[in-house]
Amino acid sequence: MASKVIHAYYLDDEVLMDAVKALQIKHYHIEEVYTPFPVHGLDKLMGLPHTRLAICSFLYGLVGLTVAVTMMNFIMINDWPQNIGGKPSFSFLENLPAFVPIMFELTVFFAAHLMVITFYMRSKLWPFKKAENPDERTTDDHFLVEVDANGKDVEELQAFLQKTGAVEINLKDKAH
Amino acid sequence: MYKLSKNIKSISLAFIVLGLIGLVLGFSTTPHSIEDVKALEASHASHGGVHEATTDYHNGHAEPGHAHDDHNSHHSEVASHGTHSGNAHYEHVLHQYQNKPWAAIYVAAFFFFMIALGVLAFYAIQNAAQAGWSPILFRVMEGITAYLLPGGIIMFILLALSGFHINHLFVWMDADVVAHDELLQGKQGWLNVPFFLIRAAIYLALWNTYRYFAVKFSRNQDDDAQGNRWYKKSFKAAAIFLVVFIYTESMMSWDWIMSFDPHWFSTLFGWYVFASMFVSGITVIALITIVLKSQGYLTKVNNSHIHDLAKFMFGISIFWTYLWFSQFMLIWYSNIPEEVTYFITRINDFKLPFFGMVAMNFLFPVLVLINTDFKRINWLIVIAGIVILLGHYLDIYNMVMPATVGKSWFIGYAEIGALFFFLGLFIYIVFNALTKASLEPKGNPYLEESKHFHY
Repeated sequence: MASKVIHAYYLDDEVLMDAVKALQIKHYHIEEVYTPFPVHGLDKLMGLPHTRLAICSFLYGLVGLTVAVTMMNFIMINDWPQNIGGKPSFSFLENLPAFVPIMFELTVFFAAHLMVITFYMRSKLWPFKKAENPDERTTDDHFLVEVDANGKDVEELQAFLQKTGAVEINLKDKAH
Repeated sequence: MYKLSKNIKSISLAFIVLGLIGLVLGFSTTPHSIEDVKALEASHASHGGVHEATTDYHNGHAEPGHAHDDHNSHHSEVASHGTHSGNAHYEHVLHQYQNKPWAAIYVAAFFFFMIALGVLAFYAIQNAAQAGWSPILFRVMEGITAYLLPGGIIMFILLALSGFHINHLFVWMDADVVAHDELLQGKQGWLNVPFFLIRAAIYLALWNTYRYFAVKFSRNQDDDAQGNRWYKKSFKAAAIFLVVFIYTESMMSWDWIMSFDPHWFSTLFGWYVFASMFVSGITVIALITIVLKSQGYLTKVNNSHIHDLAKFMFGISIFWTYLWFSQFMLIWYSNIPEEVTYFITRINDFKLPFFGMVAMNFLFPVLVLINTDFKRINWLIVIAGIVILLGHYLDIYNMVMPATVGKSWFIGYAEIGALFFFLGLFIYIVFNALTKASLEPKGNPYLEESKHFHY
């Protein structure tokens, strides 16, 4: 089903924020906002739910820590104990300081990589995927607000957007 | 304008009085003779024999090569130390007990002094970086740094008292010890009392000069808000100070702390002490901001400011741990006798404060403050802040006590008394200084940005 949307372009993130606020006061529905860089506070303003990526990242970190502890315990204590610098590897706890850097690095490594992979999966991004943004300029210096125009007075909406500081306003058919 | 509330006044006074009582008790319960020590050890032994074990360890420690490894061997019979025949052991313990109240004062005095110094460094960084979020908090920082002068004078008096042999905190100040110690003889060019005191005076003069001008420029900018003349001066002063500070702070930490163990050295000790003072200072900024806000002042401070301070508390706690561990792991791994004695003393005799401090300064803040939302909850920040501050008190305790009091340590009247006394003094001076100027620095060009700071 095709639906009508209005694309309003802005040149400044502050203007954009004010426009989003104004649109919400008028109870227009914002479908999506495309920005060249992350705009602080925009997610809260649009009422997007808070990301749970941080929780994932913490859990991934714990996985990394566990992997490191298990790995070092197996390599250095159980499988092939070595005597490094007069510190024979008889006990994990007594050799712990030497393993701390590895534990730290693997925690960070797991948290970072798995978090990025999770992010790609949640955002449905993969290599060679066709870009979804409707206008290339949103990757450069333009901010685009996509407003749902179904059942709205298009003239009035356009005039309203003009007032909020939009530099360009287009009516589009959006195919779903 | 902030007005000193009666509550704060009476709280600080109560702490000072309680602290003084504790100190008097601490000094009066100090043993005066070998007989007192014997009686004390006998009573301890009858209580459970814990002390007996440590005494045995003490004797067992007297091995070849020990002649001066022990940091506490600053009594006159260095030569006979190896045997521990007769009363040598008791005399040794007596000296440790006699050092104890002085060391307690020293730890607490340095702890609160270092908070003021850490805040001064933080303040200078905000100015030099032309930070936009923090100007609304500048008056809080200026208020805390007001303790720098009185705290510095107290530190200088304590160092001078050691220099004039009123107490025996610094081994290297004892001529008898130096006479039998080639390493200390080699370090005499740096570690001698006159030069030591001159250096202390220079550090204190430099820091207080910056503090004086920084506050003056900041107040002038209030009155003369046209143009940024005073603001620019603040910027320049801060930039110069930061260069001076990182050198003098390093040397101060060698002089005032590392020289308690004059044989031992660590090249990152200055950074380590800096991390401690920085995180304590930022924590105190956060706590005092929360207190003022709860009293209805600082209305323009929002939870984004608190969030930023909490991020600093979190981040610098990790930074401190990084330095603590870097210092520990390299020395632990290389296991060179002259280096590793430092940690062996601490792990054998100070196990609880040594590892407890890592839990308080690292594990607790990491787990409490890692969550974004928690960084905006005032009471959580207060709890985390109090734990961090106590943890860093313990950190200083671990730096000073092993070399001055050794195995005879315990947290008694003197320690708690000294902590209370300086806490009361600190609270009074800081809150009194906050009344001196408007809590909002009117002329700062970044003030508007700071008021609207939102994250």
